[in-house]
Amino acid sequence: MTVRRIMGIETEYGISVPGDPTANPMVLSGRVVTAYATQVGMRAARAGWDYEDEAPLRDARGFDMARGNADPSQLTDEEDPTLANVVLTNGARLYVDHAHPEYSSPEVTSPRDAIIWDRAGESVMREAVRLLSGPDRPGVNLYKNNTDGKGASYGTHENYLMSRSTPFSEIVRHLIPFFVARQVMCGSGRVGLGVESGKPGFQLAQRSDFFEVEVGLETTLKRPLINTRDEPHAVADRYRRLHVILGDANHCDVTNLLKLGTTSLVLGMIEDGAVGQDLTVDKPVEALHRLSHDPSLRATVEVAGRRTMTGVQLLWSYYELVDSWLEKRYAGELDADTAEVMQRWEQVLTKLERDPMEAAREIDWVAKLKTLESYRARDGLDWSDHRLRAIDIQWSDVRADKGLFNRLLAAGRFEQLVDEAAVQQAVVEPPTDTRAFFRGTCLAKFPHEVAAASWDSVIFDVRSQPSLQRVPMLEPERGTKAHVGPLLEKAASAEELLRLLADDAPRAD
Amino acid sequence: MATQEHKNPQRRDADPADDAPEPAPAAAPAKQELDDDVDSVLDEIDGVLESNSEEFVRGFVQKGGQ
Repeated sequence: MTVRRIMGIETEYGISVPGDPTANPMVLSGRVVTAYATQVGMRAARAGWDYEDEAPLRDARGFDMARGNADPSQLTDEEDPTLANVVLTNGARLYVDHAHPEYSSPEVTSPRDAIIWDRAGESVMREAVRLLSGPDRPGVNLYKNNTDGKGASYGTHENYLMSRSTPFSEIVRHLIPFFVARQVMCGSGRVGLGVESGKPGFQLAQRSDFFEVEVGLETTLKRPLINTRDEPHAVADRYRRLHVILGDANHCDVTNLLKLGTTSLVLGMIEDGAVGQDLTVDKPVEALHRLSHDPSLRATVEVAGRRTMTGVQLLWSYYELVDSWLEKRYAGELDADTAEVMQRWEQVLTKLERDPMEAAREIDWVAKLKTLESYRARDGLDWSDHRLRAIDIQWSDVRADKGLFNRLLAAGRFEQLVDEAAVQQAVVEPPTDTRAFFRGTCLAKFPHEVAAASWDSVIFDVRSQPSLQRVPMLEPERGTKAHVGPLLEKAASAEELLRLLADDAPRAD
Repeated sequence: MATQEHKNPQRRDADPADDAPEPAPAAAPAKQELDDDVDSVLDEIDGVLESNSEEFVRGFVQKGGQ
């Protein structure tokens, strides 16, 4: 039980057509997905996703066969663009979610890999923008942010695979205080206070103002700190997939690493029943808003009904708990991923405690605030000035030449943990140590025989079989390169792969 | 261990192999240098910021998502 576990990040991107705020975002999002899918030789069809585990395969089969009779170019026109969906060779899912294009990363096992495949998603979106731009077209712009500052918010969700045996009440109890404080390290910064930015000012997090309750199933209204969606996409009596909806889309590698890493460690400690301190925060939703609204980091919350703590102090408490838990369990012998997260966690808290501005090379909200304060100072701007809101939005533009974060990154102003070559490789290749390897490699090797895929299945349509062949993948840690790499390499056709998998049945699942 | 720095800073020298190398402390940059540095960031932004920021902000309207 370390920082390593099955995890992933899903990001809904903001979308707009320059000069046309009334453009239909669902149609636009479909265009984004279709443009990218077409470019990489795939079809962005609804049939590409295995939506219903229980649905009779015959339906999908019938739909597919009918489609087979049509000319592919006609299909693009017929297809409802708002249902565009494609599984990429890197194991990710690219599709339209509500009114946004979404990239759901493949399952990975470490925070570092989460960063790599998350940045691969940005690269996919950047490419889609390029494909849709042209001299005689207005183009489409995409933003890796979480609000328009006018009342709408869209999510960046984290997923963590957990043991089913951990009582959910324990997760709720120990995670809520951590989530109240986590934004102090992991917020992306936002100009405007309140969901509609009714009050001028700067706050730590994009998402915090949009949270209204402590626990619940909703994700689009009455958003809860702890989301109870129970859709494990895995063996249900063994696993739970914790769906975390309150985080921001991050840009800095260090911020993203800390978001995934510290959360995974706190979850490990909860699973181990090792949280030896009551850190319950009084009125957590109000506390979340209060901490977000105070970039000086002096705002406090009431903990366990007896003391007040700042967000940084609360995070130090979690750090100490995790540190002593790891010490007890591993006696200082930590794997590299865990050691890296602990070291970064400590360094960042030390800086935030001394002077938040010291963390401007690592922490998103600090970097944004520092830039905005310089701008304000030079031009004597009030927080209500449009230029500051424009900087906030354009900060997250995915384009390398227009996105302000990307410009400053290229100028060497942020610390990077993974290099661009690894990211570009992750645009096409899946992680090797989860079932995403099987999914992605099947798509790469047999694109025409994969009728549909989902997180926990790949469905083949091969000539020799009268019905579709579904390969279940309910164990996220199987289907790795070590498990099925040799089989995939050996198989010259999808038929042969299915034969080899059948011979090797225990492994295939 | 790096994780012990917070509680036991004195341990740092005792076992330097466990620590990531710390960058050598640089001399405090002169005020002029800092000003130039800030200016270059602001120039970078001025160069690409949407020229009609009011219209740009007004036009950035999203539908809610998850």
